Amino acid sequence: MPRVGVFLCHCGTNIAGVVDIPTVAEAVKQFPGVVYVDDNKFSCSEPGQAAIRQSIIDNGLDRVVISACSPRMHEITFRKAVSAAGLNPYLMEIANIREHCSWVHSDNKEAATEKAIELVKMAVAKVSLHQELFRKRISMEKKALVIGGGIAGIQAALDIANAGHQVILVEREPTIGGRMAQLDKTFPTLDCSACILSPKMVDVSQHPNIRLLTYSEVEKVQGFVGNFEVEIRQRARYVNHTTCTGCGICWQKCPEKVPGEFEEGTGQRTSVYIPFPQAVPSKPVIDTVSCRYFKYLDFIDKKMEGKKPPPCRICEKLCPPQAIDWEQKDEIIRETVGAIVVATGFKTFDHSVYGEYGGGRIPDVITSLQLERLMNASGPTLGEVVRPSDGTHPKTVVFLSCVGSRDEAKGRPYCSKICCMYMAKQALMLKEHDPGVQSYIFYIDIRAGGKDFEEFTRRAQEEFGVLYLRGRVSKIYQDDKKLMVCGEDSLIGRPVEIAADMVVLATGVEPSEGAAKVAQTLNISYDTYGFMVEAHPKLRPVETNTDGILVAGACVGPRDIPDSVAHGGAAAAKVIGLLSQDTLTTEPLTAAIDASRCTGCLLCSQICPFQAIDMVPANGKSIAVVNEGLCKGCGLCVAACRSTAPSLKGYTDAQILSEVLALCP
Amino acid sequence: MAVSYAYYPGCTLKTSAREFDESTLKVCKAAGIELTELADWNCCGASSAHSVSPLLGLSLPARDLQTAEALGKPVAVACAMCFHRLKHASHALGDAAKLKQVNQVLGKEFRNTVKVEHLLTILGSNGSSYQVTKKLEGLKAASYYGCVLVRPKEVMELDDEDNPQLMDRIVASLGAETVEWDFKTECCGASLPLSKPEVVVNLSHKILRQARQRGAECVVVACPMCHSNLDIRQKAMKAAYPGFQEMPVYYFTQLMGLAMGFSAAEMHIDKHLTDGLSLLKSKGFI
Amino acid sequence: MSVEEFQPRIIGFLCNWCSYAGADMAGTSRMTYPSNVRIIRLPCSGRVNPMIIFKAFQQGADGVMVSGCHPGDCHYVDGNYYARRRLAMLEPFLEYLGIEKGRFQLEWVSASEGKKWSQVVARFTDTVKSLGPRGKI
Repeated sequence: MPRVGVFLCHCGTNIAGVVDIPTVAEAVKQFPGVVYVDDNKFSCSEPGQAAIRQSIIDNGLDRVVISACSPRMHEITFRKAVSAAGLNPYLMEIANIREHCSWVHSDNKEAATEKAIELVKMAVAKVSLHQELFRKRISMEKKALVIGGGIAGIQAALDIANAGHQVILVEREPTIGGRMAQLDKTFPTLDCSACILSPKMVDVSQHPNIRLLTYSEVEKVQGFVGNFEVEIRQRARYVNHTTCTGCGICWQKCPEKVPGEFEEGTGQRTSVYIPFPQAVPSKPVIDTVSCRYFKYLDFIDKKMEGKKPPPCRICEKLCPPQAIDWEQKDEIIRETVGAIVVATGFKTFDHSVYGEYGGGRIPDVITSLQLERLMNASGPTLGEVVRPSDGTHPKTVVFLSCVGSRDEAKGRPYCSKICCMYMAKQALMLKEHDPGVQSYIFYIDIRAGGKDFEEFTRRAQEEFGVLYLRGRVSKIYQDDKKLMVCGEDSLIGRPVEIAADMVVLATGVEPSEGAAKVAQTLNISYDTYGFMVEAHPKLRPVETNTDGILVAGACVGPRDIPDSVAHGGAAAAKVIGLLSQDTLTTEPLTAAIDASRCTGCLLCSQICPFQAIDMVPANGKSIAVVNEGLCKGCGLCVAACRSTAPSLKGYTDAQILSEVLALCP
Repeated sequence: MAVSYAYYPGCTLKTSAREFDESTLKVCKAAGIELTELADWNCCGASSAHSVSPLLGLSLPARDLQTAEALGKPVAVACAMCFHRLKHASHALGDAAKLKQVNQVLGKEFRNTVKVEHLLTILGSNGSSYQVTKKLEGLKAASYYGCVLVRPKEVMELDDEDNPQLMDRIVASLGAETVEWDFKTECCGASLPLSKPEVVVNLSHKILRQARQRGAECVVVACPMCHSNLDIRQKAMKAAYPGFQEMPVYYFTQLMGLAMGFSAAEMHIDKHLTDGLSLLKSKGFI
Repeated sequence: MSVEEFQPRIIGFLCNWCSYAGADMAGTSRMTYPSNVRIIRLPCSGRVNPMIIFKAFQQGADGVMVSGCHPGDCHYVDGNYYARRRLAMLEPFLEYLGIEKGRFQLEWVSASEGKKWSQVVARFTDTVKSLGPRGKI
């Protein structure tokens, strides 16, 4: 028979002012197993805790019930107190007679007292069935994986590496840099984007603690915090990067040209290419889709008919160090890491669903990112802003805000946050490029919340004469060489029509292609749009619900560069905190599976949201075993199992039933 | 196998747009599509009934739909406005309470199971087979759908709201060339010619001007109201906009008929106010 | 309150992360509600095994309530979806056993919905009260 001690807290008058403590004490003495009852003004205070410790020792108590505030408040406090008296901290149970009783039943003291007695009775019944539980120590692999080499990922990788830990930075594209590398200038300071980004990219490539894997994707992740087993696919580049010197002869001489992804279709690249001159690494890859030799090989391989493509191989013939390697294969790289940062970034909304804006059919209706490339000194036009249709300089430019943002009808009800600011920036810069340009911005609201943001949009209007029109655009049509933009100025309440030379759509922010797949690979949650879900939107903005996996940057939601950098740094701080420990302790309130009852049906492992159940062979069959490092103690497997093989420590069927039986004997 | 429809012509096709009605009947017959005119049909309610009484706006088309339902045939409609009202009624009557109310008005049981199809769909679908005997090669046409034919998309279930293609495909199948333009579904001024004629002249002129700008020699329509605005108002356009050049406006069924071997007279091309014959003559089609 | 009035015995199974915290919230906001519900704290509404609910009714509970995070907000990703399906299947079974509709309820109360919790309890207590005492099976 356990020896249960019950400690009744008055919480000043918070509890004792409603619940009649002496009556409760009298009643509690009658409960089976209770050998000691005491009450205290404030159990959580040091004298209160000392009294608990002393009573445990003096009375040889082996179970403790503390009848006080919510366990969400002081469970950890009292576990420590119990532990200090030499008792296993998990042999304690709290009866919540404050939040669930005295505070909500102050209108009926009699009923509150009666309820308090029953709550204690339930806790006594449950605690009697508590078992000693022990935290486990697991080793920590002092290495981090960062997925995504945009500014958030770069910042996270550098911060972790500077703290002395190993980092693997995985990037899907042939270069790191992300969206920020595509930008010309950044708001509101008009810093040159490349000037502030390129040094960081170089730092990454030269950092002794960073292993950079570009043109690579994370394919598989298993394990748990401290010990994630990761498989990364390094895609074949067909260029040996060990021997390649990055001299550039291949991409200068390659005869095949295709629209460049980095240039957002405004310019071209060759089949063997680096995305842009400052790319890191500055060594090329061969795009097998457009490469003439690969087309030739495909033609031969599939025995196609018609004109045979030329077996070009000019790059191979001209390469001084003979670094072209047609035989290169994808490579799988396996690593063990202690923590993972997800920074997969964003892409811009595909505006072709907006039929009223031409649905992508009008050449001089471009996206903001395309304009960014046209304005960029290293862009396809070397910084000259020209119309894609005829190469002339636009004089009247109309910006449309919220294309794929704040639009329920297009399934994008959220605000993309960055567009108001980049429109102001682009309109201002157009004027700097060519003082003869007049810009108009159709907006819903000007959302310029941020340091120096409002001042910046004011400057665009007052100094640079950008005209803001509050309203939506209903149609864009071509009228000879002009684009007629028909909209409404809702402030004067009239339809307006502007004859423009170019229209810029401020396309909204959405998660990168394949973000949901990354989330699924890592088993973290993502929302209906595909943005990663943080553990708590305010208090845990970079954590996920999986320990050891953090999120940073625009993969969580629309955000600008300073926020992404801060976010990357925050994620890095969490990783550094984890990696600075040699071992981790795990919460022991996990599931355990009774091997003798397990039929190996696998239902539990299908239901488990954390993939914490492994199948292992035993006595000629497979049975389920809980991986305590991954188990979060939700108990889904317990409720799902047909043969009641799993049980959840701290919440066993017997313990729950004991509470029910205490209420309904 | 002949496809059989209950044909709902609507008031306009029996009066000011007879050429649309007759060309439709002839073309369909030749294409093996059996159109049986709905017996005792009534006005669809356009364009005033629904703004005066929503219940009347639903009951009028519902009565016609009920007659077709009793025959067990889908309804074929040529007029864009009639199509709009009939589709709207069958969409709105998906609501059981409204259907019950309408049935009380009708005094008959309408179950709202009948399908309503526009001729563009019927003739443009893969199932229809019309023989083009005289290719309209060299003719550049702008297909003009108007605003009510495709909007709202979820009710009309016909084609894209901004860049529809059904009529373009039909016109192209006749050997003519269709132009890419931005005014396929712009408003022509609709029922304003009596109250605000200047609005109609302005809007219709914009449409014709862009068609011309994109190289079209004629406009092809599927709506009697659009036709009347674009066709009748050209004299006023000439007065209001110096330099405006007249442009013939045809129903798509008229061009189909020509390409299928009917004469211009059989297609009543001479019935338009803006000369439609000279262009066709100059191309050698008639 | 008259002494004779029937006071039902109600058991509430609440998930730790949303509903239990929501009930705490009702406390910190000093909302008052009927005292009949006794709360059993569980990690997740998905932990609730129908057997436990049967047992509670068998032992004479007049009403049983399960409350978890709103669908989509589960701390354990999708535990409440399992709870929703499982307990939807349970309801007809309870009726088959002669336990009237209304004696069992599934609710979603978030950590910030103290007010909702107090309303849910008040309503459910009323419903169970109107159904009268049950007694053991």
